[in-house]
Amino acid sequence: MKYLQLVVANLGRHKLRTVLTVASVALALFLFASLRSVTTTMAAAAQFGGARRLVTLNATGLVFPLPLAYANRIKALPGVTGLSWANWFGGRYGDGKNFFANFAVDAESYLDLYPEIVMPADQKQAFVQDRTGAIIGDRLISQFGWKLGQNVTLQGTIFPGDWTFKIDGVYTPTDPAIGDNVLIFHHEYFDERIGRAGIAGWYIVEIDDPSHAPAIAKTIDDLFRNSSSPTKTGTEREFQASFATMWGNVSFLMSTIGLAVVFAILLVTANAMMMSARERTGEIAVLKTVGFSDKLLFTLVMVEAGAMALTGAAIGLGAATLLYPAIHFNGAGFLPGFKVATSTLIFGALVALGLMLASGLVPALRAARLPVVQALRKVE
Amino acid sequence: MALVEIRDVYKSFQRDTQKIDVFTGLTLDIEAGSFTALMGPSGSGKSTLLNLIAGLDKPTRGSVRVGDAAVSEMSAGQLAAWRASNIGFVFQSFNLLPVLTAYQNVELPLLLTRLSGRERIERVKLALDVVGLADRADHYPRQLSGGQEQRTAIARAIVADPTVMLLDEPTGQLDAKSSQEVLALLQRLNNEFNKTIIIVTHDAHAAERSKTTLHLEKGDLIEKPRAMAGTAR
Repeated sequence: MKYLQLVVANLGRHKLRTVLTVASVALALFLFASLRSVTTTMAAAAQFGGARRLVTLNATGLVFPLPLAYANRIKALPGVTGLSWANWFGGRYGDGKNFFANFAVDAESYLDLYPEIVMPADQKQAFVQDRTGAIIGDRLISQFGWKLGQNVTLQGTIFPGDWTFKIDGVYTPTDPAIGDNVLIFHHEYFDERIGRAGIAGWYIVEIDDPSHAPAIAKTIDDLFRNSSSPTKTGTEREFQASFATMWGNVSFLMSTIGLAVVFAILLVTANAMMMSARERTGEIAVLKTVGFSDKLLFTLVMVEAGAMALTGAAIGLGAATLLYPAIHFNGAGFLPGFKVATSTLIFGALVALGLMLASGLVPALRAARLPVVQALRKVE
Repeated sequence: MALVEIRDVYKSFQRDTQKIDVFTGLTLDIEAGSFTALMGPSGSGKSTLLNLIAGLDKPTRGSVRVGDAAVSEMSAGQLAAWRASNIGFVFQSFNLLPVLTAYQNVELPLLLTRLSGRERIERVKLALDVVGLADRADHYPRQLSGGQEQRTAIARAIVADPTVMLLDEPTGQLDAKSSQEVLALLQRLNNEFNKTIIIVTHDAHAAERSKTTLHLEKGDLIEKPRAMAGTAR
């Protein structure tokens, strides 16, 4: 502790340089945590999915619908205990700057299959009975200032026109992957409005036993193999994972950019530290003359580097951890449950330690190995 | 037995391809409590001699002993610890740390001791009081005059109560008045506190304040000391 004044004084030698260096580290770690959190959030979303839920899609792709007539045939299969369906709507609210997901579902069966969607029983009842009603995630209430019972109008982008819904219920998801900023309305109303009755975007199939999943999935797909709309069935987790896979290269890109940013900042910090140590060559020689050992000087320079790296890291990682929940960030609905994971904080702390070592090691070794007589000759 | 014993010391430097011999068998004794001035032209080896005594440099051959310590035999780590408690070094250009106050500069050698915070405060105050700068403790070097800076450096040199004080041209950058103040202070430290002082100087006035004057020329002592405190062989 008695050497603290020396470390603090040296850090205050060029206040602007120290502040900028710390700010650079903070920014680097903030970006690193943010970019890595995109990856971890997507990975976490890929883990979502009830073990007893399968998803059946059009084998050609998610954007191609399936006939609603498949519902009864799937429901009749052995091992299937429940069935629902949904369709992506893609409506826009207001100027569309605040995007949120919205889709049409077969209300009663959908809510039965998703116990993660929690809301008061009376609201659930009201929604089920209201053909033009909708339920929304609780975040939309705070985001747009909507109220229960209010009418909201979405502009259809895929299915044109103004679509007005009455907010019958506000749900709170028990799993962040469900998303707390989603609007769900009746498939029946959707079907009627688009004038193309009898289509479903995808089916959600509840099965009796998770171990039967592969067999039932095969049975469903075999059932429609020779139809005009063959299917592709998998577990809900596989369905989510397929989205994550679609993002695969983006994840890699983000991790790479994060590390590149950290590396660039490392060079800046290392340069600042080396510049600082070079400027103090004479002072280091004087300290050695006074009796400061090589080891002590090495430690003091490393502590300086550590103070800058760790302060910057604490600010950067702390800001990322606090900021995103405060602004309810969810990547325009594509990253529900976005947060900085503990693993990211640990990784970030390790990066900061690496930064400290990489930026402090060279100047610290130079300080420790400085030949006193030659250095004094330069300053005297 | 002399406090500083320099025995048959050789010291040479390599400058590019040229080998420069600074000392070729220098032998010198300096007694405890003496005030010795080392004079001589530039390049005569005065500062090198100070560096050898302080353990900042090692002789090519021969031995340097200060009190019980075989300085020329010690490792870098041992020398650092030894210097902290036995050597008070003062430079021509003061070499105070600009980011520390006068108080903090003086305290530096004490950070290396086991003294408590309270004891350090007392010692620093006493040292600043001795050099007449008690009221400048919170000033930074840039807020001090050259003479005050050098007195602060002297306070830093004496604060750990070293065995010997080594001063390399301490008045070299001072005006006449400040030089006299610094020299008077050194004389007082020698007379009142019995500090052993070795000063390298070009200044004849500075040499006059010493009890012994040694002249170095091309690494050789060319005159006997004025008094018996220092003995060249």
